[in-house]
Amino acid sequence: MKTLLEFEKPIAELEDKLIEMRKLAIENNVDVTEAVKSLTEKILELKQETFSNLTRWQRVQLSRHPDRPYTLDYIEKICSEFIEIHGDRSVADDKAMVGGFGNIDDEFSVMFIGQQKGRNTKQRQYRNFGMPNPEGYRKALRLMKMAEKFNKPVVCLIDTPGAFPGLEAEERGQGEAIARNIRDMFMLKVPVICIIIGEGASGGALGIAVGDKVLMMENTWYSVISPESCSSILWRSWNYKEQAAEALKLTANDMLSNGLIDGIIPEPLGGAHLDHDGAAKTLKEVIKRELTALNKVNPQVRILDRIEKFSKMGVVQE
Amino acid sequence: MSWFTRKDKGIQTPTEAKREAPDGLWYQCPSCKKAIHTREHRVFAFTCSNCNYHEKIGSQEYFELLFDETKYTELDPMMGSGDPLEFTDTKKYVDRIKSTEYKTGLKDAVRTAVGNMNGLPLTISAMDFSFIGGSMGSVVGEKIARGIDYSLKHKQPFLMISRSGGARMMEAGFSLMQMAKTSAKLALLAEAGIPYISLLTDPTTGGVTASYAMLGDFNISEPGALIGFAGPRVIKETIGKDLPKGFQSAEFVLEHGFLDFIVDRKDLKDKLTSLLQMLQ
Repeated sequence: MKTLLEFEKPIAELEDKLIEMRKLAIENNVDVTEAVKSLTEKILELKQETFSNLTRWQRVQLSRHPDRPYTLDYIEKICSEFIEIHGDRSVADDKAMVGGFGNIDDEFSVMFIGQQKGRNTKQRQYRNFGMPNPEGYRKALRLMKMAEKFNKPVVCLIDTPGAFPGLEAEERGQGEAIARNIRDMFMLKVPVICIIIGEGASGGALGIAVGDKVLMMENTWYSVISPESCSSILWRSWNYKEQAAEALKLTANDMLSNGLIDGIIPEPLGGAHLDHDGAAKTLKEVIKRELTALNKVNPQVRILDRIEKFSKMGVVQE
Repeated sequence: MSWFTRKDKGIQTPTEAKREAPDGLWYQCPSCKKAIHTREHRVFAFTCSNCNYHEKIGSQEYFELLFDETKYTELDPMMGSGDPLEFTDTKKYVDRIKSTEYKTGLKDAVRTAVGNMNGLPLTISAMDFSFIGGSMGSVVGEKIARGIDYSLKHKQPFLMISRSGGARMMEAGFSLMQMAKTSAKLALLAEAGIPYISLLTDPTTGGVTASYAMLGDFNISEPGALIGFAGPRVIKETIGKDLPKGFQSAEFVLEHGFLDFIVDRKDLKDKLTSLLQMLQ
């Protein structure tokens, strides 16, 4: 069963109509070319109109669409070969954080790292809903340092509703794990590209999102808190998530215009969930392009640029 | 019939005149309820002489406690918040800032100062919880970053005193990136081999724990301080059980290996001095 968001329904209705029309045409042997053409145009128009006027909350909904490609989906489509690597060498292998070496068109060997969500109930639990524990962040850092050792670039795919707020997570130092990642990622001598592919919630996202290029896919969000939690804290009710999403300015456009990210990666019309191959193709091209550019920069300069970029973020009055 | 007749009706002494002691002379410990003379409380570094409860003090008190003869120079004292997102929840962010400034006399939730501690040059950034829960927005990030820059330039140790509920939601993405900014500067400080001491005080949670507060060469704390990433309420909701006693207390965090030691505030200055002298 396909999941339809409220604003996707009118489009889906027209698409169903189109299928029905074609079916009738074949069954009754009538020419509906003109009707099909005009309906197809109408669908395209409606799609363009809907998706160029999405509210911030609707973007959040798209970022969480259950049919959206997740980290391993992208890796599988981008890489000709991928070897997954497990464990933090200390406590466990966190299933919410995946990583490994992948090959792109025999041109680049890349260390891919990212949070992983599950597609059905069983998988969701297995992946802990994409919420890593401290060992997930430590695994990520271990993989980054390994990439550095073998002089391979790092690509992080971010998709998390947040770092896991559990009892054991606290015992094992969730805060420390994220903090260390943020600091140490600044000093990585290899190119680092970070891409928000779904949800970018707060420290749980930033723990693998310090890079030379930080990019967001078109229908994603990235902020300090989810709209729901923000609503519950500031409005003291869960009912203001739409207002909270507006106030947080958490879309790719917002983040770019505030200078907090470096670019936006367009998605197929209607969202990445409608065309996994199309979304992965664009992502691959962007990764190749950025890696080619970053490879030309001296590692020391890259590190200083990375620090400089984040140091400029913030608005104060003096 | 009474023996005496009242000439004036009712009690006529105004409330203020009735007080036996002038306002602010006594401090009542919120933990053991004992009343302590404020002068004594101050001598004991704002800890309770009866139960050793560490009162939540602000930047001013720490500066006075740690800098010799309370002499220090504040950096960027006039820096204040902008409102880049024109954020409004139940109240406009700008109004919230203004009323908090008025209420607390502070410009934001952190102050940075430089001076000497037992003769050793030191940079201190200390947070004020009274300013929107010590939340970290652009000003907090920038002031800490500049404090670290000062330490880098003058090759003097950096002491961060955290007391914060975490990131400031009203600055959303900007506030998140302060975690990155401060951590970047700390990476440079670490590379330069300059000591960084992080003192986590009650409470230190959220994005502050997940960035500069946990990045000290030495992570230290005061007795009983609450330290964590997720707040206790959130964790309780997640696991659906009551939290064990003492969960996320400084003693708990020490036991799990994320603190170097817990220091009584009365000994703070001397212990920090000994530590820094050993590193010289």
